Amino acid sequence: MLDWLAQLGRHGLSFFERLGRGHLLLLALLRGVPGLLLRPLLVVQQVYAIGVLSLLIIVVSGVFVGMVLGLQLYNTLVDFGAEASLGPVIALTLVRELGPVVTALLFAGRAGSALTAEIGLMKATEQLSGMEMMAVDPVKRVLAPRFLGGFIAMPLLAAIFSLVGVYGGYFVGVGLLGVDEGSYWSQMQSMVDFDDDVMNGVIKSLVFGVVVTWIAVFEGNDAVPTSEGVSRATTRTVVHSSLAVLGLDFVLTALMFGVD
Amino acid sequence: MGPFVYMAEEHNPPLVQVRGLRFARGSRPIFDGVDLDIRRGQVTAIMGPSGTGKTTLLKLIGGQLRPSAGSISVDGQDVHRLGHRALYELRKRMGMLFQSGALLTDLNVYENVAFPLREHTDLPESMIRDLVLMKLEAVGLRGARRLMANELSGGMARRVALARAIALDPMMIMYDEPFTGQDPISMGVLVKLIRSLNDALGLTSIIVSHDVHETAAISDYIYLLSDGRVVAHGTPAELGRSSSDWAQQFMQGLPDGPVPFHYRAAPYADDLLAGREGRG
Repeated sequence: MLDWLAQLGRHGLSFFERLGRGHLLLLALLRGVPGLLLRPLLVVQQVYAIGVLSLLIIVVSGVFVGMVLGLQLYNTLVDFGAEASLGPVIALTLVRELGPVVTALLFAGRAGSALTAEIGLMKATEQLSGMEMMAVDPVKRVLAPRFLGGFIAMPLLAAIFSLVGVYGGYFVGVGLLGVDEGSYWSQMQSMVDFDDDVMNGVIKSLVFGVVVTWIAVFEGNDAVPTSEGVSRATTRTVVHSSLAVLGLDFVLTALMFGVD
Repeated sequence: MGPFVYMAEEHNPPLVQVRGLRFARGSRPIFDGVDLDIRRGQVTAIMGPSGTGKTTLLKLIGGQLRPSAGSISVDGQDVHRLGHRALYELRKRMGMLFQSGALLTDLNVYENVAFPLREHTDLPESMIRDLVLMKLEAVGLRGARRLMANELSGGMARRVALARAIALDPMMIMYDEPFTGQDPISMGVLVKLIRSLNDALGLTSIIVSHDVHETAAISDYIYLLSDGRVVAHGTPAELGRSSSDWAQQFMQGLPDGPVPFHYRAAPYADDLLAGREGRG
């Protein structure tokens, strides 16, 4: 019993220590961001590595999610004779919810894991230590550009996901199932509000971008510098950031759309 | 502080002074009151068996780790009392050669050597090129500048790292196990390079190693560490003649002596009779 309590205490302590280290790192990252304005190339490289290289998976997933939405929603709406509302329903689902959330989950799997593994291996091969000894702060030179790159790339990816999703739904709904093209677009235009729907989706994707990239960078920097340590850290990045995205999505949705 | 009579030379104070250094990893003490001096212009070796914290000592000198007690001063500045900025300024004047080389794997040899110059100076590209080629020439790898870090052999990687370490013309270089895992030729090359760079550039060098012969051949002074303490120190010749059992065991590579062959353990018979392995 006492052993069990002691173990619980140890786990609790190490959890709070990690939480503390994570927040200290976040502060250091934020402090490193202004310096990057002078060296935009570092950030551009990361936006390319994190964002552009994730485009394929985002676009393919977006098209398929949109097509599935088209099929499923059409079958439900047609019973009520409301298939003309297919456009706005698909667009709202994507822009408010699936765009930011699914993109963030894919982003965690594609870019987050890569960030953790890269930083963890740099740590394991003493590259970060070597930089420190060359008087180059690895937080500013390596971690902060990746953090900012993720922050910039994630909302763009979510926007692209929603966009191609809308076209996926269009392809199935209008192209295959015969929904009227005019009502698909015009109802979407009249029912999707820029401030309430699009901007809230953008805010969500910004928050997810910060959280996923922060977790990925922290796990890499905090990894035990061995191959096993890096592999564990990579797994933790995907698991923790996915859970954080889903949990935060509920909180944000409740704040944005819950109390009308 | 009795044994340090020789260092009272007022005109040439030591570059690095370590006093009463204590450091522990978890509950395991690594250093338990270490005093040592690294004199300017010399090659000083710190030797000892594996696991005596030699690499840790270099990280303490470079300010990457904090001691639990004692002080380390480099060029008159107490390393662990410096603020972030001052510490980074001091590090610009220190080079460190990691055992693995620690080259940036996404850059080629040229860019690796140029890295500290690009980070810390605003020199025009043509001057950076000249400097990089000079440093690479010094380590004999000017022709390898287009290779990526992962295309280098271990010995070449260390030479590139050496070129990078001298890129900013530091006042001292710390070598972490420079000879480990080297074939005889690249070992010979590194031995020669460390000594000749030290003398040609007026550096101060600290070599952490357990390769006794190679290190002793180029060192001006040697400290032997064991169990967190300095057990012997002197010039290579003095240590070779030393009556200390410890120094003799280490310098001649004897398997048993003051450093026992066996790790601390329960009596052999008791252990065999215990039947099954308890869970620690």
